[in-house]
Amino acid sequence: MRKMGKYLLLLALVFLTGCHGSKEREAFEVPESFDTTKEYEITFWAKNDTNKTQTGIYEQAIADFETLYPNIKVNLRLYTDYGRIYNDVITNISTDTTPNVCITYPDHIATYLTGTNSVVALDELFVNEKYGLGGSEVRFDSPVKEEIVPEFLKECMIGEHYYAIPYMRSTEACYINKTYVEALGYTLPEVLTWDFVWEVAEAATKKDAEGNYLLNGQKVMIPFIYKSTDNMMIQMLKQSGGGYSEDSGEIQIFNDVTKQMLYTVAEHAKTGAFSTFKISSYPANFLNAGQCIFAIDSTAGATWMGSHAPLSDISEDKFVEFETAVMPIPQFDTENPKMISQGPSVCVFNKADSQEVLASWLFAQYLLTNEVQIAYARTEGYVPVTEKAQDSVEYKDYLSRIGEDNALYYDVKIKASKLVLDNVEDTFVTPVFNGSASLRNAAGQMIENTTKSVKRKEEINDAYFTDLFAEMNSLYRLDQIENQGESKALGKLPTESVVLLTILAGVWILMGIYVIYGVIKKILIYFEIEV
Amino acid sequence: MKKLLALGLSLSLVLSLAGCAGGNADAGNEANTENVVNTETVVSTEEAADTEVVADDVAVMTYAEYAAAELDSKVVVETYVQAKQSWWEDKATVYTQDENGAYFLYDMACSAEDYEKLTQGTKIRVTGYKAEWAGEVEIIDATFEILEGNYVASATDVTELLGTDELINLQNRYVAFNGLTVEASKDADGNDVAFLYNWDGSGEDGNDLYFNASINGQTYTFTVESYLCDNTTEVYNTVKNLQIGDVIDMEGFLYWYEGVNPHITTVTVK
Repeated sequence: MRKMGKYLLLLALVFLTGCHGSKEREAFEVPESFDTTKEYEITFWAKNDTNKTQTGIYEQAIADFETLYPNIKVNLRLYTDYGRIYNDVITNISTDTTPNVCITYPDHIATYLTGTNSVVALDELFVNEKYGLGGSEVRFDSPVKEEIVPEFLKECMIGEHYYAIPYMRSTEACYINKTYVEALGYTLPEVLTWDFVWEVAEAATKKDAEGNYLLNGQKVMIPFIYKSTDNMMIQMLKQSGGGYSEDSGEIQIFNDVTKQMLYTVAEHAKTGAFSTFKISSYPANFLNAGQCIFAIDSTAGATWMGSHAPLSDISEDKFVEFETAVMPIPQFDTENPKMISQGPSVCVFNKADSQEVLASWLFAQYLLTNEVQIAYARTEGYVPVTEKAQDSVEYKDYLSRIGEDNALYYDVKIKASKLVLDNVEDTFVTPVFNGSASLRNAAGQMIENTTKSVKRKEEINDAYFTDLFAEMNSLYRLDQIENQGESKALGKLPTESVVLLTILAGVWILMGIYVIYGVIKKILIYFEIEV
Repeated sequence: MKKLLALGLSLSLVLSLAGCAGGNADAGNEANTENVVNTETVVSTEEAADTEVVADDVAVMTYAEYAAAELDSKVVVETYVQAKQSWWEDKATVYTQDENGAYFLYDMACSAEDYEKLTQGTKIRVTGYKAEWAGEVEIIDATFEILEGNYVASATDVTELLGTDELINLQNRYVAFNGLTVEASKDADGNDVAFLYNWDGSGEDGNDLYFNASINGQTYTFTVESYLCDNTTEVYNTVKNLQIGDVIDMEGFLYWYEGVNPHITTVTVK
């Protein structure tokens, strides 16, 4: 149940080794035509959210594609977390056994790109007249480039090139037990703020003499739980103007704003108002059992949220009846909301046979068809990445039927999808560079460590954060990321070094004088000149 | 002049060495700092033999003391390895048990070399923090050292405790369930099957196996955890060949996830 964390540290470390050992490959060139007389077998590494419906959609997509292209066989390999895919891709780049098509994140592609031409730049394929997006020889109703949501497509650009196509998009949502909020005497604001969340969370920590929480009458109540603490830190910094990183890879996260955020986290962890997934468990489990008020998780986790959630890890008898509100994450500036854009993208790996790459591209492109986009988006609080799908009658009908049942039309799920659709312009992504995945991990780990330290009654002060920053810098090798970019100013030499170098220089000068003296002396002797 | 030069070279050599030593001294200080940190949590076997107080004034605990300790408090226990679940980047997850109770060690600091030494029965002293995740009480952020001693727990039959409140008192122990009947699970297409890959059938060969089994009219879910027992193990393949209605005996560890979630290591079809 708790396997994803095992790959996090590896993710932090592998970027440094990059893809050593990978064979250099010629850049892919689009063939003049696709050879339908030859058989091609390609592999597709896909990620699902431990959701059998999603698995079924992948399988159906493959079957439909193979019907259209009988000479292409697609082998599906399923993963349930991105970290494992990333790890396996890195391993397979070094052995030249990468998959053909792979669900991924741009952060990860930045590492894959350290292997020469390992990932196909898609710019030319996008616009290829015959096989490009909406191309004349494509055997399905493919979207043209302009029909992909521009914000989502832009996220797939690394440097000057597109190295992926977006597959699904989501953001984070705050799933709220509105019943409890109102029971505490509060009304949800139009835009959720951090101050509001902290205040209500603190109000919910009151207990009776027996140790039961007044709000729910239970022994357990964690009013505010954050699933992805890396996202939490990243979004708090973005909203508040605190530094995170530059496109060049310059690390800015170790700053006073970050420290202030962590002080706030510590303050509320101390009262028991706040915890995290890694420390306590899935926010959904607490929310649904009436043990949490604010559960922040991906919109892609919406089917697990709420009194009538279709998916759940807790037994039915633990469910508590309440009204679920789905709101964007808390903000510092209500006039200028900001939230992260996330969700899987698809990249195509380069191979020796350009025909095989073209076959891979055709399959990747098939994942953008309305059939796949709409079917997959309906499984969770995702949204299709093409306007073609978003504007379709079928998708609009789906959204309009919110709450018709607690399965396909589960209201919390569709509210989450609408949240994404309504806030596309407020989303952002973090800079992508080789090592950005490690920085992301460090961002979250600082919240995790601070929360754990508070629970262990350690003293939280400036010295604590100085040590924490140094630990993160070292553990995730963030100082080495900086060295990859522009040359780093080393500062003034230590006094000891200056003295040492001066003495060495003096000795060399004396040696030079001695040699010259010897030469002159020999010359004088040669010419029998008395000195 | 030669003397002057010799003096200069000697001086530069001495200062160079001093410079190098100075650099090393700094590094040495760092290393010492690390050692100081480590000694707060780990002491050598010889030292441990002399005293029971091993870390920040926390004495080695009995199981009862460990069970009574508050969550998030520092704990020190001496226990015996029963099974290893996983190792990844110097972190090991291990089932351990002594004569009185069991301790689940999650992501304990452990080199690859030391992981090989953690064979079944190996005695270890563990220093870490007591934590709870989704109902599973465990020791996290732990370090360990290997001690002299060996103990392999026999399986405690907890069949009659299934569905009772007492079962949690045996959390993480090596236990046995006898005489249960395999019940149907629903696969992705709604068909009755004897097991699922992942909890909802969304997985494939190599993923965790989930299966249901009943006794006394109650059905319980059991798991073959793929990190603990992968698809090359006998138990994994036995479960893949189960038939609905099979009567089985099982052994495994009494893991917890939002309720009892036994990690099965042995299945015998009767």
